[in-house]
Amino acid sequence: MRTIILKSASSYLLPVLLLFSVFILLRGHYLPGGGFVGGLVAAIAFVLDAFSNGLDKTKGILKFHPGFLMPVGLMVAFLSGISPMILADLPMMTGIWAENPIPVIGALGSPLFFDIGVYLVVIGSALTIIFTISESV
Amino acid sequence: MTNDIIILPLVVHLFFSILLMFFWNKVNFQKVVSIVGNALALCVAIWAFIHVYNNGTQIVESGNWSAPFGIVFVGDMLAVTLVLLTAIAGFAVSVFSTISVIKARLRFGYFSVFHFLLLGLNGAFLTGDIFNLYVWFEIIIISSFVLISIGGEKNQLEGAVKYFALNFFASMIFLTALGVLYGLVGTLNMADISLKIAEVENTTLIDISAVLFLVGFGIKSAIFPLYFWLPASYHTPPSAVSAIFAGLLTKVGVYALIRVFTLIYVGSSFLTTLLLSMAIMTIFSGGVGAIIQNNIKKVFMYFIICHIGFMIGGLALFTEVAMAGVIFYLIHDIIIKTNLFLISGLIYRIKTTTNMKKLGGLYANYPKLSLLMAIPLFSLVGIPPLSGYWPKISLILASFNAEEYWFFGALIFGSLITLIVIGKLWAEVFWKDQPKINFPKKFIYFDQLRLGQKFTFVFPVAFLTFVTLYIGFGAEHIQQLSQRIATELMNNEMYINAVLKR
Repeated sequence: MRTIILKSASSYLLPVLLLFSVFILLRGHYLPGGGFVGGLVAAIAFVLDAFSNGLDKTKGILKFHPGFLMPVGLMVAFLSGISPMILADLPMMTGIWAENPIPVIGALGSPLFFDIGVYLVVIGSALTIIFTISESV
Repeated sequence: MTNDIIILPLVVHLFFSILLMFFWNKVNFQKVVSIVGNALALCVAIWAFIHVYNNGTQIVESGNWSAPFGIVFVGDMLAVTLVLLTAIAGFAVSVFSTISVIKARLRFGYFSVFHFLLLGLNGAFLTGDIFNLYVWFEIIIISSFVLISIGGEKNQLEGAVKYFALNFFASMIFLTALGVLYGLVGTLNMADISLKIAEVENTTLIDISAVLFLVGFGIKSAIFPLYFWLPASYHTPPSAVSAIFAGLLTKVGVYALIRVFTLIYVGSSFLTTLLLSMAIMTIFSGGVGAIIQNNIKKVFMYFIICHIGFMIGGLALFTEVAMAGVIFYLIHDIIIKTNLFLISGLIYRIKTTTNMKKLGGLYANYPKLSLLMAIPLFSLVGIPPLSGYWPKISLILASFNAEEYWFFGALIFGSLITLIVIGKLWAEVFWKDQPKINFPKKFIYFDQLRLGQKFTFVFPVAFLTFVTLYIGFGAEHIQQLSQRIATELMNNEMYINAVLKR
């Protein structure tokens, strides 16, 4: 699959797709999107890169094993879940929101961090599965 | 924080599960973290138990969405008691796992998944939302599937496939039942369903959904025609895994049956007859299965089935005395079944086998250990004043009062057959001389372990035996607790009022 077209396209597509995945992640609270879909798009960006440049180069871009993203993401989601218990004495998983919305990101609140956690877990697990399969082929 | 105390066991297990994932390759460190995590979970469970014992049913509305709309966690006496028992069993098994499960297995995230399993169990006991119950069941199945297949031996994978296929099938039936029920009442909160199901006119569909629930939970709790997956799979994983499965996984099914049939489908005579006949057949088939087995692990597995029948039958009788017996039996059974499988692991470490024909002479060589093992074995039989004796009084009394003589007979039969089989087991394993077999050279025997390692092996068994002794000799406390739970279950408006804040 080492075609010149795919190779040159993928070098532009990788940052664009990653940016797009963040966009999908951020719009997810009220509109279609969210952590799961965003994570899949980000994983696809790396898979496309692995197709055109080979698996070793993609691993070089990532610098660490993608499986590491799973506990990190879970921990982020977990902390966002218990944050209302610690910060505001509210039941678990209550959304706490900042008063003023931030430009670009929008309203900042604990559900956003839950989504970021999901995003990281999805990238981690999808890439781990795909890398493991392509290594054993 | 005090309002949220009942969900703290969930938070602790989830936190430690994630924490353990960070140390994926550091097995020795994972052992320490897991034991600390389970000890902490035990402390939290005791705290939650005392809190609910003093202040009555507590609820947590997750996400601050009020009752019929959001998911509610309900800590009534039954739920927190089971959470406490889960914590006790989990602590013992985690200590036992550190020494008995080989490193090749631990390397694949054993402890992390183990905490996830306990998380699922705690969640299933605490949730007040029936769809959420389904989700916790899924978490339990997925983590138990990892635990049963970790290591990847041939017979283990065979057992895992059978286990997974049938439990997954049970989940599908459960989901179908949920769909039917939701179509009838339009709510998923169990307290709300309990109120609204009285207004539904289509009683046939209600019965159908009840039977679907019975089949779904029946497969999970291994009652009569649906138990065949259990003997095919439970002996294949390491003893530590079998122990937690034996102690808790089938009991989750029993818990779900108790919850559904005391809260939602109350007092249907059709179901009572069905449950009772299933219970009698369960006791009978489990007992007969136990008598012909020669492998002690398999004997214990058939005992699981046999004794599930006691609880289901008590539930079918549906009087306060019978319910108290069921709850007492549940408390006794979780501790004792976990302990029995730990004992089988210990015997395996001493003798390299769990086959009764090849075992012998344990009493001559290990008198103190044999005495320790004798207590749980004879508690299982129910020799007074050990723990198995007390719940049987309530159950037999209730069946006699209700004039259900078939169940009465089955109870006597079950107890008798337990006595016979345990007697045979004691004679074969402990009293008989060691028959001449070739002991494999490449095996780390119990005698070759260091003192600390020996202690780690024996401590969980001793700990659970101590709990069993407390249940036996402090039966007054447990009986009071069971009666209180039984009263709460029989008068389900207490649960409903607590959840819906009426």
